[in-house]
Amino acid sequence: MLGQVAIIFPEYWAGIHLPSLVPYVALLGIIVFILAIVPGLIWIERVVIALMQDRSGPNRVGPRGLLQTIADGVKLFFKEDFRPRSVDIRIYYLAPVISMIPALAGGAVLPLQRLTFERPDGTTYQMPLMVGNVNIGLLYILAMSSLAVYGVVLAGWSSNNKYSLLGGLRGSAQLISYELSMGLSLLCVIVMAGSLNLDSIVATQNVLPPGIHSGFEWLRGSIFSWYWLRSLFVPVSIFTIAMIAETNRAPFDLPEAESELIAGFHTEFSSMKFAMFFMGEYAAMLTISGLNAAMFWGGWLPPLNIVPFTWIPGWIWFVGKVMFGIFFYVWLRATLPRLRYDALMALGWKRMLPLALVWLFVMAVVTLYFQPINATAARPVPPVQAQAAPAPRAASAPAPLPTLSAAAPPATKP
Amino acid sequence: MIAEPIIFWIMAVISVVAAILMVANRNPVRSALFLVATFLCVAVLYLALTAQFIAAIQIIVYAGAIMVLFLFVIMLLNLGAPQALRERGTIQPFAAVGLGLLFIIALLGSESLIRVPRPAAPANPDLGTVQSVGLNLFAPTLPWLFPFEVTSILLLVAIVGAIIMAKRRV
Repeated sequence: MLGQVAIIFPEYWAGIHLPSLVPYVALLGIIVFILAIVPGLIWIERVVIALMQDRSGPNRVGPRGLLQTIADGVKLFFKEDFRPRSVDIRIYYLAPVISMIPALAGGAVLPLQRLTFERPDGTTYQMPLMVGNVNIGLLYILAMSSLAVYGVVLAGWSSNNKYSLLGGLRGSAQLISYELSMGLSLLCVIVMAGSLNLDSIVATQNVLPPGIHSGFEWLRGSIFSWYWLRSLFVPVSIFTIAMIAETNRAPFDLPEAESELIAGFHTEFSSMKFAMFFMGEYAAMLTISGLNAAMFWGGWLPPLNIVPFTWIPGWIWFVGKVMFGIFFYVWLRATLPRLRYDALMALGWKRMLPLALVWLFVMAVVTLYFQPINATAARPVPPVQAQAAPAPRAASAPAPLPTLSAAAPPATKP
Repeated sequence: MIAEPIIFWIMAVISVVAAILMVANRNPVRSALFLVATFLCVAVLYLALTAQFIAAIQIIVYAGAIMVLFLFVIMLLNLGAPQALRERGTIQPFAAVGLGLLFIIALLGSESLIRVPRPAAPANPDLGTVQSVGLNLFAPTLPWLFPFEVTSILLLVAIVGAIIMAKRRV
């Protein structure tokens, strides 16, 4: 049996219009998931690092140390809220909040799944389970990740401590440098997908692998047709390196390098303010892993279009891919030493940025020659509300041009 | 559509207050932060006008890149001490207030505040999307491709010039 097994919801249930509830369900799901999974992530990180370094890891509080993070949280909550005398008070208290908000807000445009609804007349249509189904989803998430730098910079400056200030300066320089490579590697995918809506980008991965035009239905939307392979592996490598630098994780955790800067930008922060930085960092890791999963690793698509995989709902696949991203973070942290600062800058500006620029050009030329212009450059975001789904796993068909079609170039191949 | 004027007035008040605080504040880092707040408010105003693309670009470019560079330079030069920027005995603030009042009186007198031209039909909601901006900007039938490319070459020349001036030995 082929095709993803979809639960079909009725459009009206007890007089309630169910599709209009979908964004609220997604909002609740994302907020609860991020806030509830952070203790689990810290536990996973400690256990995995202990495993890789051949030691026991947390094993005292609770079974297998599961409650260790809860104990740490309680300890942080009851610690004295210490504040040095010469800090800039308002910004000092604002910085942990600023580091938390963009990370949470970025999750609003991540597509978790596609839900199928049945109209009263029997036709079905699909709708993404996401908070904001906006057609600038990717730009929004980039904007949020570019705002995240303020938490680091302001924390470093307001502490009035030279180590904190150095950490903040490093953080701002690092984030600006790696944002460019990250954006360019995402542009490679946008050129191929022809959309900025993350749900549409996932839907354009639901096709046969490159080179296969018929048959092999079990490969439709499989791991071989996702963008990590279709963009020839270079953008996903660049993005993965840049996303680790964007979230200040090892081996790019220069802003908080404890061997040189005590604790970097959060040296002077204690108790819940420190916990906010910690949670913000993990929330940013989750959001950006979700972006990676949706852009390069097929989002809610199962790895193969065959029966045991297609029985599992899409959001479980999505969460699984995000969790693999987290595991990858921890893996790198346990494996690689921290980069020197000039090596970090040289890698960002002299290696990754030129490579990303060249690859963007290559991908643009390839896309121009292998896909007709009107299917890539002008494919509008499919209005999901009105989109009928003839087959359960059909790719979104290119719809006619939007209202400004008078300005569109003629649809001829070069 | 009832939400649009509400959003406009909230954001207008916040952005104007933040802009005034940006000028009035003696602490350069706080001034920069108020400028960021103004940029964010302007981005929300763009969203209310259904100009989604320019709203996102406003946040990414101005709030996310340029202001971070400003903060970087302020922190690097360590302008944190508020005394460093204090000016004494200038007539600038009084002149600014006086000229501003004069400008408001002139606007009121010319009735251009009252007779703001309003569009007859509601604007095309797709006008601000990425697709329509790109299609208009790069369309061969429209005259905007050449100015766009010339501007980009100008910016490139400026970048190269800045690097050459900053470097001691090229």
